[in-house]
Amino acid sequence: MNKISVIIEREYISRVRKKSFIIMTLMAPILMATLIVVPTLLMNTGTPDFKKIAIVEDGSDLFRGVLENTENVEFVYIDTADINELKTNFSELGYYGVLYINNLVVTVPNAVELISKKQPPIGLLDKISSSMEKELEKQKLQALNLENIDEILKSIRSKVDIQTIKIDDEGNIKETSTSVSMILTYLSALLMYMLVFVFGAQVLRGVIEEKTSRVVEVIISSVKPVQLMLGKIIGIGLVGLTQFVLWAVLTAGVVVVLKNTILSEGQVQEISQSAPESIISSNPQIPAEVKGKVDNESAAEILKLLQSAGNQRWWLIIPSFIFYFLTGYFLYASIFAAIGSAVDNETETQQFMLPVTIPIILGLMVAMGTMQNPESEIAFWCSMIPLTSPIVMMARLPFDVPMWELALSMGIMVISFLGFVWMAAKIYRTGILMYGKKASYKELWKWLRY
Amino acid sequence: MAIFEASEVTKQFANHLALDKVSISVPEQSIYGLLGPNGAGKTTLIRIINQITAPDSGKLFLNGQPLKPVDVALIGYLPEERGLYKKMKVGEQVLYFAQLKGVPKQEAMKRIKYWFKKLDIIDWWDKKVEELSKGMQQKAQFVATILHEPKLLIFDEPFSGFDPVNANMIKNEILFLRERGATVLFSTHNMSSVEELCDNITLIHRARVILEGKVDDIRSKWAGNEYEVAFQGKAEVDVNDHFKLLDKRSENGKTLIRVATATSIKSNEVLQSLMRSGNILAFNPALPSMNEIFIKVVQSRNETVDA
Repeated sequence: MNKISVIIEREYISRVRKKSFIIMTLMAPILMATLIVVPTLLMNTGTPDFKKIAIVEDGSDLFRGVLENTENVEFVYIDTADINELKTNFSELGYYGVLYINNLVVTVPNAVELISKKQPPIGLLDKISSSMEKELEKQKLQALNLENIDEILKSIRSKVDIQTIKIDDEGNIKETSTSVSMILTYLSALLMYMLVFVFGAQVLRGVIEEKTSRVVEVIISSVKPVQLMLGKIIGIGLVGLTQFVLWAVLTAGVVVVLKNTILSEGQVQEISQSAPESIISSNPQIPAEVKGKVDNESAAEILKLLQSAGNQRWWLIIPSFIFYFLTGYFLYASIFAAIGSAVDNETETQQFMLPVTIPIILGLMVAMGTMQNPESEIAFWCSMIPLTSPIVMMARLPFDVPMWELALSMGIMVISFLGFVWMAAKIYRTGILMYGKKASYKELWKWLRY
Repeated sequence: MAIFEASEVTKQFANHLALDKVSISVPEQSIYGLLGPNGAGKTTLIRIINQITAPDSGKLFLNGQPLKPVDVALIGYLPEERGLYKKMKVGEQVLYFAQLKGVPKQEAMKRIKYWFKKLDIIDWWDKKVEELSKGMQQKAQFVATILHEPKLLIFDEPFSGFDPVNANMIKNEILFLRERGATVLFSTHNMSSVEELCDNITLIHRARVILEGKVDDIRSKWAGNEYEVAFQGKAEVDVNDHFKLLDKRSENGKTLIRVATATSIKSNEVLQSLMRSGNILAFNPALPSMNEIFIKVVQSRNETVDA
């Protein structure tokens, strides 16, 4: 036992001290945080190129003054223009594009063309089409000759937001959010996949390194092969846990810092609100007070999201994550160790890697599918099969999996992880000293029965 | 008394027999040479002694007791293919191996410092293994092997990769270790080191023991009837019925000759017939080198097997 701890210590220290580990540990949270913060930053603060767009109506006069200029887009209504001429020389005249509106637009939706040299950005198209749709609706309603049409329009503007509320058997009510569950599912499934694969592969490489450099012969003359294998797996697993914990802490820290320094409060609200607001602000009919109300609503939404995140069963999710990480990692790492012992160099691992990769990828795919239907049969079975259950069960967990299913899955996991370690140890023991022998599945089967 | 004994050890690999009923007996506090051409089975035997692989049949004894897994603490093993972690610092690495053998950290540090100083590699403590020359790595590994002060030391080709100066250094350390009470078993192709170091040898060829015993006994047994004679000044040697002249050279005002005789002729008769040729300074039976014996034995074996 004492010797295993010496091995664990070496495996752990030698990896944690590596420059690549330190860089990865520091860089990944910054990258992650930037991934979260920067896109919203770009969306809100980036200044797109200024665009001038010519509007030409063919035989009607419906949209004069409808399209509001913004900071970046100027719409120029042109009355008397030869559209064919304009189509060829708009660029020289300084226009980004020509919006050509046929008078059929009242009845035919695709009677509008935007002619430009470049593919126009989606935001611009949205803005144009939504403004035009509203104008058309308005004009059609006006054609009915109703009184107070503006007020009616204001009053019919509606929004539906489904509140999800869970009631447990005792009748306690909890507000939840499906989006929080989905984020959790994504995160835990991806993390599991990454940790198992990245650190499993490190075990593989470590074993091959010892084998090719023949260090293993010296060590095997001091400790049992099983001790070396377990020591290596545990040591690298601890490296994984260390990195995971550091990532979690650092990412949270970086996000908080970025939010407080780079983004002002207003921008934070804009982020959650950018899409609807652009529509509202582009519509001159909506008074300022409504806009303000929308801002308040968005703040309330964020609060609600946070609240329902708090309502998740963290006391269950976090220990389960650690459990599945450890057992799943052990299971895959022991397979990787067995593979590493059977080959002479890394290129030879290919034939064995495929069967190991398939269940992990399958697990990831099923995990993503569970968001649509967490109770499906395939999700259930994949959360029982030990090769996929660490990923799939973690994905299902935020959607209130019955306790017996969780217990059964964990039970199967423990038994099979012990079984896998035992089998891997047998292959490892023989393979590690076998040189120049092309390992095949038949050969592995023989070693297993020695 | 034998510290280690192997009796009738047999090991069969998939399609060849690596060891065929090999027995050896290593006397305590001696240096024992394990010789044989490449692929003879030496390394397999060494691995079996280190319990890295198990024999198919045969028994192994350490201090008269059957060899047990815990006995690895009493054995130090330097494998033929030197194995060190390339990215690890030399000092830490040797410390790691010592700890795996069960030496407490403090004690191990003390001993590593002692040995590193003695072998002149103390300045390399913080260097990574990949930065070291092969000879340096060999020395570090040598230290790792002996650090837990085992009773039985097993070196597989200890001199390969060393320049003459360092090889000599290692030879002296091996002798020193024997003085301190250790028993050394080593395999080698370097026959001159066998003559200098070994008390006993076993020659393995094609999985079998074909020669074993004390080095001195073997050499005199294979001596045949050859003599080395030194004359003062110049000497004219008349060849007669008593001997054949094999070699003649002059050195430092002396004439050295080597003669062979028929087995029926006694050394005195040779001496008498040589006295006429000049003033004799020395007359010695010429012992064949281990190298010659090795080649002769292996070749004669090959002939009988091939025939």
